Amino acid sequence: MNIFRTLADPRYYQIAVLSSLVIFGVCILDFGIHWYNALALIISTQIVQYICMRVAGLTPFDPLSAGVTSLSLTMLLRTDAIAIAVIAACIAIGSKFLLRAGGKHIFNPANIALVTLMFCSDNAWVSSGQWGSATLGALTLACLGFLVLTRARRAETTIAFLLAYAALMTGRALWLGDPLSIPLHQLQNGALLIFAFFMISDPKTTPDRSSTRIFYGVFVASVAYIIQFVFYEPNAAIIALILCAPVVPVLDRIARGRHYRWESPADPRASNF
Amino acid sequence: MRILVLTAAIGLTIAISTTAQAFCGFYVARADTSLFNQASQVVLVRDGNRTVITMANDFQGHVRDFAVVIPVPTFIEREQINVADNALIEHLDAYTAPRLVEYHDPDPCVRYEQREMAMSSGSPASKVFEDDMDRDRALGVTIEASYSVGEYDILILSAEESNGLITWLDENDYNIPPGAGRVVDSYLKQDMRFFVARVNLEEQASLGYTNLRPLQIAFESNRFMLPIRLGTLNASGKQELYVYALTRSGRVETTNYRTVRLPSNTEVPEFVETEFGEFYRDMFAKQTRAQNERAVFLEYAWDMAWCDPCAADPLTADELRSLGVFWLRDKTGRGGSKILPQPAQDVFVTRLHVSYDSEHFPEDLVFQETGDRQNYQGRYIIRRPFTGTINCDASAYQQATRERQEREAQNLANLTGWDIDEIRARVPYLGDIRPETESIPWWRRIWQ
Repeated sequence: MNIFRTLADPRYYQIAVLSSLVIFGVCILDFGIHWYNALALIISTQIVQYICMRVAGLTPFDPLSAGVTSLSLTMLLRTDAIAIAVIAACIAIGSKFLLRAGGKHIFNPANIALVTLMFCSDNAWVSSGQWGSATLGALTLACLGFLVLTRARRAETTIAFLLAYAALMTGRALWLGDPLSIPLHQLQNGALLIFAFFMISDPKTTPDRSSTRIFYGVFVASVAYIIQFVFYEPNAAIIALILCAPVVPVLDRIARGRHYRWESPADPRASNF
Repeated sequence: MRILVLTAAIGLTIAISTTAQAFCGFYVARADTSLFNQASQVVLVRDGNRTVITMANDFQGHVRDFAVVIPVPTFIEREQINVADNALIEHLDAYTAPRLVEYHDPDPCVRYEQREMAMSSGSPASKVFEDDMDRDRALGVTIEASYSVGEYDILILSAEESNGLITWLDENDYNIPPGAGRVVDSYLKQDMRFFVARVNLEEQASLGYTNLRPLQIAFESNRFMLPIRLGTLNASGKQELYVYALTRSGRVETTNYRTVRLPSNTEVPEFVETEFGEFYRDMFAKQTRAQNERAVFLEYAWDMAWCDPCAADPLTADELRSLGVFWLRDKTGRGGSKILPQPAQDVFVTRLHVSYDSEHFPEDLVFQETGDRQNYQGRYIIRRPFTGTINCDASAYQQATRERQEREAQNLANLTGWDIDEIRARVPYLGDIRPETESIPWWRRIWQ
């Protein structure tokens, strides 16, 4: 296997960054992540992925996507019950195989697990304010590194989302006559960056064409703004993404493009999961 | 006329008592809100979109100079406003305050091991303001309602734009701090109204109260937030705010600022007993700096049914209902049980403490309720060495105790930033021998 071809798979970088962030969050920032929940998530996502691939008759086993999903969930999902962690894994991976349209899964796996549990269980929540401004510099760097390493391929959604969200926040502050320190503070949010670089960026659940990806990024940002400032719900971006996801198959039908495939797996069919 | 926007200080003394015994040590003292000047206390009761907010005032000037202007997200009816008893908030403060506990070493000749108990984690409305309605309209200010509640005269104001409202407040003797216009404008554009309260001196005299009692407002809103921006305008320096959240499911945290647990369960030297207040203030200041002055601190998160050790008894169901815990009514109302007081159930209390200014907290505090029911308390421990007659060779116990005393001194220095040598000078090391733990390399002890 060509090593460079393998490393071109952005999931390696995602796993490296997300693992570092999880370790940093647990050891330094006191995120309230229980190690046993993290372990349960990581193991159960792989088991569910394995079972689903076997049932679907797909080989070889590809642990990378499930790895990224489990780390994203570890970082964002807070729970005091290990069963919730296991259920999250089942929802996340199960949704990839069951909820599909146009040869792609509809929802980002970590996203659907988070939203389902947030609304259906009293024992699951997302702590979006826990990053603090001190660590934000390092996090921004890690995220920008991701753009450089992947040569910003398929990163239009992330960039469009962030620019649109920043514009909406700034616009709101200007309309209200608030100091610009307020939108700046709103944008200095670790959870927002993780969302933008590790969730909405998922090439499998974003539109196939560049122009529709840009539209999609702006659309998610607008819906997130409405959720945050009209309905005053916390974790607006995460909820916005789940609401907007069904638009992707429609956009793909209007503007056809090439499905994204991960670089590494041998069987092209397996790379669809 | 002086305006007060969510700023007040509640005076309480540090109570000393050694009666309660529990798993987590004997209760010695607590660090309540009286440690901080100009502290505001707000109780937020929240379930779904129903909110009851109680604001405590211990205004230091003459009551005729008191006024409070609070942005509220909805129109407020007369029945949605109430005046509570100061004792409720004092009790809640005492119950949730960070606490100092103590353990006494047993006679080393009886047994050497020390038990370390792990914390289980577990009047119908009357017109009171006779204002010139034409002037109000000219300014674009609408007095949506005016009520008399207890000793307070209350107005619910809305306005087309902030200049009119600021002019109106100025003309009506409210002394608005400079810069308020912009903030008021922002709230008006967010469809918020202004709740304005001042004291009716005649009512106050007839009711016989000398202190201002806390105002309560009950409303429905998706916004689970606390407006702090107006409060930063009329204050010099930082303001202290305590938020007590009473919820059904679990701990409350801020979504737009970091919520940090204060260091807890740390052993400190015995002399901290006499200066627990100073200890706590300095520790809080150091931790605030360590978080770049941008964090909200968790001081207590506990199921209201119990405490361990108790700095004060849990609030009774009646007290909780008075604070606005509306869902408790469902429980006791059914069946007409009169067996009271019962331990309150189904209420989780979160105590948050924040020292804020506009530079570090530009935005209002936004909260969310989490499912986290893990108990947490600010708890600091003193261990009393055995002082009785020792009738055996207890050198190992004495050496271990001296090393523990040294650790306690270092803990105190780390937590508060106090000078380690000054701390050491005040620690009564057993036998007046201070262990030189820092200078002895670890390998030197291996083969001794």
